[in-house]
Amino acid sequence: MPETTITPPTIVKRNKALAVSPLKASSTLGATLAFLGMNRCLPMLHGSQGCTAFGKIFFIQHFREPMPMQTTALDQVRTIMGSDDAVVEGLATICRKQAPAIIGLPTTGLTETQGADIERAVAMFRAQHPEYEHIAVVPVNTPDYAGSLESGFNAALKAMIERLVPKASAVGTKSGRRKRQVNVLAGAHLTVGDLEHIKDLLERFRLRPLMLPDISDSLDGHLADTDYSAVTIGGTPVEELQHAGDSIATLVIGGSLAGAADALAARTGVPDHRFAHLMGLEATDRFIATLAEISAEPVPERITRQRSQLQDAMLDAHFALGQARFAVAADGDLLAAITQLIAGMGAETVAALAPTNGPALQQVAAASVKIGDLEDLEQIAGAEGAEVLITNSHGVHTAERLGIPLLRAGFPQFDLLGGYTRQWVGYTGTRATLFELANIVLGLHKGEIHAYRSTLKQWPDSESASGWAPTRDAAAA
Amino acid sequence: MKPKDIAALLDEPACEHNKKEKSGCAKPKPGATAGGCSFDGAQIALLPIVDVAHIVHGSIACAGSAWDNRGTRSTGPSLFKLGMTTDLTEQDVIMGRGEKRLFHGIKQALDSYDPAAVFVYNTCVPALIGDDVDAVCKAATERWGTPVVSVDAAGFYGTKNLGNRIAGEVMVKQVCGTREPDPVPEGIERDGFKVHDITLVGEYNIAGELWHVLPHFDELGLRVLCTLSGDARFREVQTMHRSQATMMVCSKAMINVARLLKEQYGTPWFEGSFYGVADMSKALRDFARLIDDPDLTRRTEALVAREEARMDAALAPWRERLAGKRALLYTGGVKSWSVVSALQDLGMTVVATGTRKSTEDDKARIRELMGDDAPMIEDGNPRSLLDLYGRHGADVMIAGGRNQYTALKARIPFLDINQEREFGYAGYDGMLELARQLCVTIESPIWSAVRSAPPWAGAVGAPPSAHTEQEAASHA
Repeated sequence: MPETTITPPTIVKRNKALAVSPLKASSTLGATLAFLGMNRCLPMLHGSQGCTAFGKIFFIQHFREPMPMQTTALDQVRTIMGSDDAVVEGLATICRKQAPAIIGLPTTGLTETQGADIERAVAMFRAQHPEYEHIAVVPVNTPDYAGSLESGFNAALKAMIERLVPKASAVGTKSGRRKRQVNVLAGAHLTVGDLEHIKDLLERFRLRPLMLPDISDSLDGHLADTDYSAVTIGGTPVEELQHAGDSIATLVIGGSLAGAADALAARTGVPDHRFAHLMGLEATDRFIATLAEISAEPVPERITRQRSQLQDAMLDAHFALGQARFAVAADGDLLAAITQLIAGMGAETVAALAPTNGPALQQVAAASVKIGDLEDLEQIAGAEGAEVLITNSHGVHTAERLGIPLLRAGFPQFDLLGGYTRQWVGYTGTRATLFELANIVLGLHKGEIHAYRSTLKQWPDSESASGWAPTRDAAAA
Repeated sequence: MKPKDIAALLDEPACEHNKKEKSGCAKPKPGATAGGCSFDGAQIALLPIVDVAHIVHGSIACAGSAWDNRGTRSTGPSLFKLGMTTDLTEQDVIMGRGEKRLFHGIKQALDSYDPAAVFVYNTCVPALIGDDVDAVCKAATERWGTPVVSVDAAGFYGTKNLGNRIAGEVMVKQVCGTREPDPVPEGIERDGFKVHDITLVGEYNIAGELWHVLPHFDELGLRVLCTLSGDARFREVQTMHRSQATMMVCSKAMINVARLLKEQYGTPWFEGSFYGVADMSKALRDFARLIDDPDLTRRTEALVAREEARMDAALAPWRERLAGKRALLYTGGVKSWSVVSALQDLGMTVVATGTRKSTEDDKARIRELMGDDAPMIEDGNPRSLLDLYGRHGADVMIAGGRNQYTALKARIPFLDINQEREFGYAGYDGMLELARQLCVTIESPIWSAVRSAPPWAGAVGAPPSAHTEQEAASHA
């Protein structure tokens, strides 16, 4: 359910052959990210070894963490003659060498084109290797030629739910048996910092979050006791999913997670509360009210205080942000969140861009959303006179050419440290975001009066030669 | 690409790996493979050609996660920094519209950016559905007149190394020899100073490090006709065939280029490195030796003597700080010995060096530098690297970016030596940067802090919650 009534934007489809400076990250990577939020997990991408190598660098540069990822390493023969045995061999090798708790198995453009039947390959593995029965294997179809990071993330989440959360009718789980346990389906747009804050909020209401998945426990950049691990060190333990059906409620954060949320509700009957995002006062209000209701606890005084701090910050920031013109490029959920937030401050998103179409775009607060790349964004932002750009690190060159500042959001953020820890959600995250956006706009020195050089003025010789620079004092004299 | 063409590329006569009974590169093993694919290798090898539009023909994962993430630098155009891809959709794959999209994509690149040439990199999906990339490139060249070069190195053809070779072969066979070099500018050549043309293969101008070296070539009268491929222009690649000597810089990956230039144009080649004072001097002398012009030799000797004296003075304070420090080096191929020499120049001890992609020849050079019982690391998995580090009491790990977080997680100093790095170490002056960066990490004050246990807990990394719970209980 939307927080505010949004007039749905016009969706402008891709109309050129070549993507230049693409915004899109593949659905394969989205699925991988979801798997990396599980404890003792090793995702193995079913494709050529480059599919994994590129993805690994992508995530390493963003998170600055060693990334456990493997590959079925298809060669020419297996590409043509069938790749099932590569899946079996790869799974068996990983089980034997790394003994993970769960192996995520996203497919790639290569294997989907080839026509690989990943379900059958996993069934073959199960038949040939009963000794690894205790290790969960979750295949998911994520060709990179369909969807983007966000949809791949949802697909993997849904696949994990369908594989690993037992049906209430089969095992007798019952919503509310664990009165303080709440399932949290956390979308791909949430950073490590966001997830930590969400967990903290739940704990303030004496609720126990069962995160699905939890990259804030695996990719949060902590030093563990072990110096090296081939599998994720942290994240949600697979066993937890056995008990998801006993939770009192499910919180779904991200409009793109509808598929996964539907699957969880259908299997467990746990009532869910869905949020398109958690940025801004209104969205956070609803979230906090929901937590109070589920937990039957009063809202802690500190949270009420943070709410009034945000209100104060909105007052302070509205001078700078009012009528400011933003260009925003991101996957659907993040695009919806940011555009709604700045719209609520009186700013306008004059260029909104998403890599692929999807239901989440209906929530975007802009007149139109272009499906395309950063070259498209650059053209629209230039034509519309955007003043600030919000997108991932690839926007650096776009912003340079447009001559406007950049705030980094989304994937990947490879040219700064700690982008993944930034908290955007909740009262405190929103406040920090608003201050940052306002400061960026202040830095534009909009409306500053430039020196005017009168031709009638009696200039000193030193300034009349070429190369002089006018000073404020000289102009005022 | 046909299997026999791939087999021919794998059977590289100039490659040392090819001389034992197991020829060519090892096959990747499902579930236990690191490193990139052929497409990765081909793209990396050619991407630094700065005035070319590099189009990746495929679905998004190939270009989407790989564009604009290398440290190679340009003196001018930044066209190569743009990621271009046909970003194939499901409909393209099903309906077979990939070729058409590519053709229009090439037109779009030509119209929007007016590149010197277009390189089209094939990837797995179009290779599998049978897009005829060669034909599209040929048709596009004929239609619009700008060279459109097909680089057919889909990921499943094999390893990154194979991709390097495919790229090199395409350059020699399709681009090299299509233009004569510009005349040497007026007023440079004089009696006793003749300009000679050279080519550098495998030099990528990472972090601009080639700019440490080029002034010396200018002083000696060595014109770099082409680097393959750091800061190169397409028109330079076209003239490689007129080079009088080729240097394989710090990499065997494109050894086939040097061999082909020798076979087809008789250009002699040598393998060298710009890392370290000794190797830098040797590289300059090797050019003089191959070109065999007494004036050049005289100039070279004078330059080497002058620069080595200058570096001795400049490096003295750094050598004092780094003397006796122990480094664990894990990098590939030629760097397994060239960096050893640079580190020894600084007075450091290399306790072990990686030889995963090194040849017998490389290993012989290592023994020359480090003694007959030099520890060589064949299998550089993170676990064994850390164990070696501990066993040898090393002070710093020097490796590629992918091992950076292995080192940092283990709380040990680290220096990045591969192509994603941000600093240039080549040339005489690069040594100063190398020394500085080594000191930055080795001498950092953070190490004792990051290794210390929390004051309230006995063991490293023990969760603080136990403490707080106790505290809460005692307050209750």
